[in-house]
Amino acid sequence: MAHVDRQTWDVVVVGAGGAGLRAAIEAREAGMRTAVICKSLFGKAHTVMAEGGIAASMGNANEHDNWQVHFRDTMRGGKFLNHWRMAELHAREAPDRVWELETWGALFDRTPDGRISQRNFGGHEYPRLAHVGDRTGLELIRTLQQKIVSLQQEDERVSGSYEEGLKVFQECTVTRVLKADGKVCGVFCYDRESGRFFVLEAPAVVLATGGIGKSFKVTSNSWEYTGDGHALALLAGAPLINMEFVQFHPTGMVWPPSVKGILVTESVRGDGGVLRNTDGKRFMFDYIPDVFKEKYAQTEAEGDRWYEDPEHNRRPPELLPRDEVARAINAEVKAGRGSPHGGVFLDVSTRMPAEVIKRRLPSMHHQFKELADVDITAEPMEVGPTCHYVMGGVEVDPDTAAATGVPGLFAAGEVAGGMHGSNRLGGNSLSDLLVFGRRAGLYAAEYVSGLRARPAPEPREIDAAEAEALRPFSAEDGRGPAENPYTLHQELQQSMNDLVGIIRREGEMAEALDRLTKLRARARRAGVEGHRQYNPGWHLSLDLRNMLLVSECVARAALERTESRGGHTRDDHPQMDRHWRNVNLVCELADYRAEQGEADPVLGQIRLSRRETPPIRRDLLELFDKDELVKYLTDEELSR
Amino acid sequence: MATGIEPASQSGPTGVHDASRAAIPARHLRTDRWWLAPAGTAAGLLAFVVYSTWRAFANADYYHAPYVSPFYSPCLADNCHTMRGGPNWALFGSWWGLSPALLILIFPLGFRLTCYYYRKAYYRGFWASPPACAVAEPHRKYTGETRFPLILQNVHRYFFYFAVLVAGVLTYDTVLTFRDDHYRWGHMGLGSLIFLANIGLIWAYTLSCHSCRHIVGGRLRHFSKHPVRYRLWGWVSRLNARHMLLAWSSLISVALADFYVFLLASGAFEDPRFF
Amino acid sequence: MSELQAEQRSGAYQAHFRVWRGDADGGALRDFEVEVHEGEVVLDIIHRLQATQAPDLAVRWNCKAGKCGSCSAEINGRPRLMCMTRMSVFGRAETITVTPMRTFPVLRDLVTDVSFNYTKAREVPAFMPPAELGPGEYRMKQEDVNRSQEFRKCIECFLCQNTCHVVRDHEENKGAFAGPRFLMRIAELDMHPLDAAPAGGVDRKRTAQDEHGLGYCNITKCCTEVCPENIKITDNALIPLKERAADRKYDPLVWLGNKIRRRTE
Repeated sequence: MAHVDRQTWDVVVVGAGGAGLRAAIEAREAGMRTAVICKSLFGKAHTVMAEGGIAASMGNANEHDNWQVHFRDTMRGGKFLNHWRMAELHAREAPDRVWELETWGALFDRTPDGRISQRNFGGHEYPRLAHVGDRTGLELIRTLQQKIVSLQQEDERVSGSYEEGLKVFQECTVTRVLKADGKVCGVFCYDRESGRFFVLEAPAVVLATGGIGKSFKVTSNSWEYTGDGHALALLAGAPLINMEFVQFHPTGMVWPPSVKGILVTESVRGDGGVLRNTDGKRFMFDYIPDVFKEKYAQTEAEGDRWYEDPEHNRRPPELLPRDEVARAINAEVKAGRGSPHGGVFLDVSTRMPAEVIKRRLPSMHHQFKELADVDITAEPMEVGPTCHYVMGGVEVDPDTAAATGVPGLFAAGEVAGGMHGSNRLGGNSLSDLLVFGRRAGLYAAEYVSGLRARPAPEPREIDAAEAEALRPFSAEDGRGPAENPYTLHQELQQSMNDLVGIIRREGEMAEALDRLTKLRARARRAGVEGHRQYNPGWHLSLDLRNMLLVSECVARAALERTESRGGHTRDDHPQMDRHWRNVNLVCELADYRAEQGEADPVLGQIRLSRRETPPIRRDLLELFDKDELVKYLTDEELSR
Repeated sequence: MATGIEPASQSGPTGVHDASRAAIPARHLRTDRWWLAPAGTAAGLLAFVVYSTWRAFANADYYHAPYVSPFYSPCLADNCHTMRGGPNWALFGSWWGLSPALLILIFPLGFRLTCYYYRKAYYRGFWASPPACAVAEPHRKYTGETRFPLILQNVHRYFFYFAVLVAGVLTYDTVLTFRDDHYRWGHMGLGSLIFLANIGLIWAYTLSCHSCRHIVGGRLRHFSKHPVRYRLWGWVSRLNARHMLLAWSSLISVALADFYVFLLASGAFEDPRFF
Repeated sequence: MSELQAEQRSGAYQAHFRVWRGDADGGALRDFEVEVHEGEVVLDIIHRLQATQAPDLAVRWNCKAGKCGSCSAEINGRPRLMCMTRMSVFGRAETITVTPMRTFPVLRDLVTDVSFNYTKAREVPAFMPPAELGPGEYRMKQEDVNRSQEFRKCIECFLCQNTCHVVRDHEENKGAFAGPRFLMRIAELDMHPLDAAPAGGVDRKRTAQDEHGLGYCNITKCCTEVCPENIKITDNALIPLKERAADRKYDPLVWLGNKIRRRTE
């Protein structure tokens, strides 16, 4: 019999970033006793790193903006692979989600008439991003955090306890979603501080764990981004989709090495920053793809005029969607026109007065000053692509955020797939968190209230989860010496970066799969010293399981998709293929009862299948010109 | 450390040595010369206290036409030097027998004593509370400004009002320096320059006061509804950012102005006249 | 790859580190010799210790870009973010001492129990939305939100709470004193152009003093000195809050004026 602590809640939210907190608020307001579990301290989630803003068509800066335009931009950005219903809900609901934040105390930058100011961003037709300088993510997380505190204060006035109806378990990690009778019944967790195990029993679990960037070497993501939610969903029997689409943000820092990958916000370009190669040339004009030819300026003069007069000029190509810019930078560097440390130059110093730079981009100014000793008001930055976001994730019902095939499991935010298609527009992630975080919380609450009986976790399953979590302490009992988890992690990152990175080739990805198989076998012997109390080596050993699972999904799906689209670029298949547009690649656990590493070494742990996506609703299709649609949709689809 | 502000007695297992905290025997681990700032502050303030005490009680050498020492202006007792057209307002009549400086110095003293910058300076420099950031303080108990007498620091704004009046008088004194020693207008000497510099710094210090910043606009909730006060608040805020610098430079300038008058009045120096 | 490594190697040197290791039951400073490369920060070196010499060395960190405020510690006795302390500020021969924050209970190695701060956060009444305005109807001028926006830059690294001698040197004051971070939160809300606390019966100016211990602050500015976001905590939040409290409690003129004009501005 399992001897771990057990607590009962109505809804458990895994992750305390924007999506998780928004889901928790909604579930608690629907009357559910809600627990939030997060790996870090409350308020430190990766959402704080988001800089640019929240995309919402409030029309404060340009009255022509509305949800239809936002929908259109989102679909274009995702190269029409987005789940149209998610993109529609997102565009429709985003303004309400932003305005709601104001009633919770958020303070966005203002327009002269006192409304929320909106800024330009890559891929958005109108200025659309509600922002606070370049620290919008911090504002979002703090606002949600403070809203949670205010709900806790309400509970305290009624029940005398702050944590009666809404509790945050900080610095705790979930290693398994528990199921009984095919339905979710709780989560198995450990407390990072004490190393103690505990089980939260709940019929509904919302995954809001963010992304997978820590499987790559150069990334803007923090250590938390080990694909936990992706792996938990797989292990619970839920499929992932679109895992081949990984966004490389075009502008990460490249120097010094210790900060390589840290993000340089897109607002630098939105506010007038330009990209130059080592010859001083604004090379982006050479990289405007055909599908965007009519939408972007062809000359520097026109691009420059656009900042002042967007009605009569086209935007500069520095503001193309992120995948285009990332590829362009990659190509310039490969052609030998890069900067000294292997990037290109991003310059605002010659474009704006120092005072304006400091006011509009304060944290960028600070970041470069402190970390690279570069004064961005006086000299250009050196930037290069960095792994930033995974478009793929748990396949969910667009309206309810419920994961496919596992009753009681929900997913929202970066861990959910479908919303962004093959490429996410800047600013759409924060709005995604709010829109689908709320929906996940709402429908999780609805699911729980509709249940007649609650499934309870089986002791056998808890014991198995405990044994799995303890394995790193007895690693040397196995065959061969213990492996250092840090070394394994570094090798994994290097493999993914080199072989399944921004430009992909068939042979390299096959090699990646081969290496992943070997790493998986070695990871079984990842061993740690010391005890369970706050032991980072142990934590990493457990995270390795998730990263290996997710990396295999990425590599396998990327190998399968023989075209280039959005965040997936194949050197051997450089063109976008209309026949791939309505195909989702679905990853499932090969045999979800099989132990890690014991799965077929050739097939691995992941089974891949193709699924055709539902056709786009007619009224939504009609928002586009026919000329544009022919670039994406097959003739057959168009004639329907 | 040879700073004289290390504690005389061990403060026991509280503060950084509390049982719950990381067991580190050292009271601090700073390796920089953290004691320099509080020691310098203490030395500077002490020097001024000694000088001003001597000058305030001296009751002599504070007037040399057309200059009156800022320590003695306005003169509120009967026993003052007669300053033609100068700040003689004998509110206290003839019963006051001590130095007239004592009557008026209360106000600038109170203003500076309750000033938010000087509070920091002497709490750190004299009281070692704390001596420097992350350096354990020697006191066993601490109640800050929650109790008498330190709760009286809250009256700072009243001293600010008086400081404005005093600065007004010193401005008047500065105007009077544009006379010669026969009280004819339109002249100027080195002393006028010193007085000008001093009054400039006094005003800058007075207006950069945190209470002034609050009164001018800081207490408003909606700047947008009070554009004039918002603009004033902006100016005061810019001055306020240099409050420490102004506190020290005006302290030095007022002592220099007084010392200059002392030199003239005691005959040690002749005021160079420009015209 | 190899080119980059060669470049790194050229600037590499061995540094001497002293890192506190232990837990609530005790511990000590331990010495380490560790390689340092060009452009690195203290957190990189702690990570290298983890990866090469002390795999169970506990350290809290997240973003490594000075945005999340997790890796707070004391480096050579000064409260700092490890990710924002570049190795180039130290001499190569210098011994670099890293300890956990010394105001909070230690958990293990460089990790402390910062729950004090979360307790204090809960004691500050939340933003109260004005009853008459719905979502989307908020109108605020930029100049009216500037002040509160500065305070909302706070990344909650709790270095100000750690360095403040009121609680650092006096454990017994922890109950009565909210600390700079949460007094600043009160100032933020009191300066929020639409906070309806006055209508809701909460006088933030008065409670700052009566319930959150504003009077303990003796404005010695260490909070401002250590703030990695360069927020002018003392000048822009604490002193204005003290002045606002003085309006309420120590200024008969303001009191009289308010009585006559019946308004709170």
